[in-house]
Amino acid sequence: MAELSAAEAYRILIGSRIRSQLAYRASFWLNVATSVAVGLVEFVEIYAIFANVPVFGGLDLRQSALVFALANICFALADTIFGQLDTIPSYLRLGRLEVLLVRPMPLLLQLVTSEVQMRRLGRLAVGVLIFLIVLPELDLSYTAGTVYLLVVTPFVGAAIYGAFFATAGGVQFFLIDGGEFTSAFVYGGSYAGQLPGSVLITPIRILFTFVFPATVTAYLPSLLIMGLPGPRFLPAWLGWFAPVFAVWAWLLAWLAWRAGIRRFTGAGG
Amino acid sequence: MRTYLVLAAAEFRRFSTYRLAILAGVTTQSVFGFIRVGILFAAISAAGGTLAGYDQQLASTYVWLGQALLAPIALLGWIEIAERVSSGEIAVDFARPIDLQLAWWARDLGRAGFQLLSRGLPPLFIGAVTIGIALPDSWSAYPLGLISLVLAVSISFTLRFLVNLIAFWTFDVRGYIGLYLVIASLFCGLFIPVHLFPRWLQVAAYATPFPSMLQTPIDLLSGWALGWAAAALVASQLAWLVALFGLARLVQWRAARRLVVQGG
Repeated sequence: MAELSAAEAYRILIGSRIRSQLAYRASFWLNVATSVAVGLVEFVEIYAIFANVPVFGGLDLRQSALVFALANICFALADTIFGQLDTIPSYLRLGRLEVLLVRPMPLLLQLVTSEVQMRRLGRLAVGVLIFLIVLPELDLSYTAGTVYLLVVTPFVGAAIYGAFFATAGGVQFFLIDGGEFTSAFVYGGSYAGQLPGSVLITPIRILFTFVFPATVTAYLPSLLIMGLPGPRFLPAWLGWFAPVFAVWAWLLAWLAWRAGIRRFTGAGG
Repeated sequence: MRTYLVLAAAEFRRFSTYRLAILAGVTTQSVFGFIRVGILFAAISAAGGTLAGYDQQLASTYVWLGQALLAPIALLGWIEIAERVSSGEIAVDFARPIDLQLAWWARDLGRAGFQLLSRGLPPLFIGAVTIGIALPDSWSAYPLGLISLVLAVSISFTLRFLVNLIAFWTFDVRGYIGLYLVIASLFCGLFIPVHLFPRWLQVAAYATPFPSMLQTPIDLLSGWALGWAAAALVASQLAWLVALFGLARLVQWRAARRLVVQGG
């Protein structure tokens, strides 16, 4: 029998994980409903602000909705693929990580494929739906640049949020009980990234642009798409450099991950 | 009564063992606080200085009290009882000479007490120093606020207890807890004050017990509601607690009748 190629092996692996999640139908759909509700509830927050004021952080409701939709698409994609890295502390506590380390596959890939969370796509659906409703309302001029940004932003943004999850995973090796530290930039980043970046107070704006580039996932590209200028410290043209920010985020993730693995000492699990 | 006090004290000490987790929680709550301050300040400045009675100072107070009360009222997944149901340990709990619901209630108050001091006060202090908060001048706001807080924790506990009891009917209790958290976090006024909701959403929110968990104690502790208005809010919390407590008794009684113990 011929040996499986690596790509084939991963395809089979991920396929089996996805099928296993679909095995319990009611439970799966309840989780999807929760994921949809998370997206809706967070949009209601923005909607409620616009029930009081017509302009928020320099954007109107439709423009804010575009930022929200793009950010949620990016984050939901990243969460589906990399969200599993949140569970590293339990692998460490239960001594299950050693088993993964001796297998002939990269650890990050094993953890990622150990559970591709289909239910998290509920939030993706909310993002896509809002995106489709709001896009025709914006009267955009579809230049080559706009189309490029609309196509590329979800993937670059997902890469940035994915890097946050991977950074968090690496840092968990040091923290274990202090795992909640990572929520500050993973979920704090997701929260900050779906808002008009101009509403963030200056230190937070700098933190979530130049250290953890959350505003680069959706806000800055949206400004370019809509032809709007950015606020202080966030000029719209930075949005063209989103891929550079993604590389930076992954560099951070790589450093955290490498330091974490090197520090790891098994307990003979 | 002594038993329940001992349980509460034990739970207080149990949570005090995870020091790094406390520091992590304080950091995360502070970052979220700074993000939320930006949101409300931007909305208030767009409205021209005040919005639904909130100026910057009251908004900052609202945000930091919210971040401080988040851990005590436990808007996080809590499945301890559900896990005991799945593992069968609940049978032992029912056999104990103390009441299941009251024992967990006492423990939860002990936990909340510790988390208020350890995870609640530090972000409040950080917010007060960096952004500034305004505490009410009226002396009566503090005792009423404290009573309201105890009621809020109790309502939150009773709701979480009820959701956990779903484990008697289905294996997948996590899904229900997730859904509960999403709805609770919207209606309790965690993201933005319930007072800023559009009218229809406010009506929907006050038809649920969730504002009693967070919005009400914040309103009292920040001086948004004073005097008789404050007393009326506490009375409505009490009404919710009595109703939910009764419902939880009923569900617990039904659950105990459903319990089938295999082996031992």
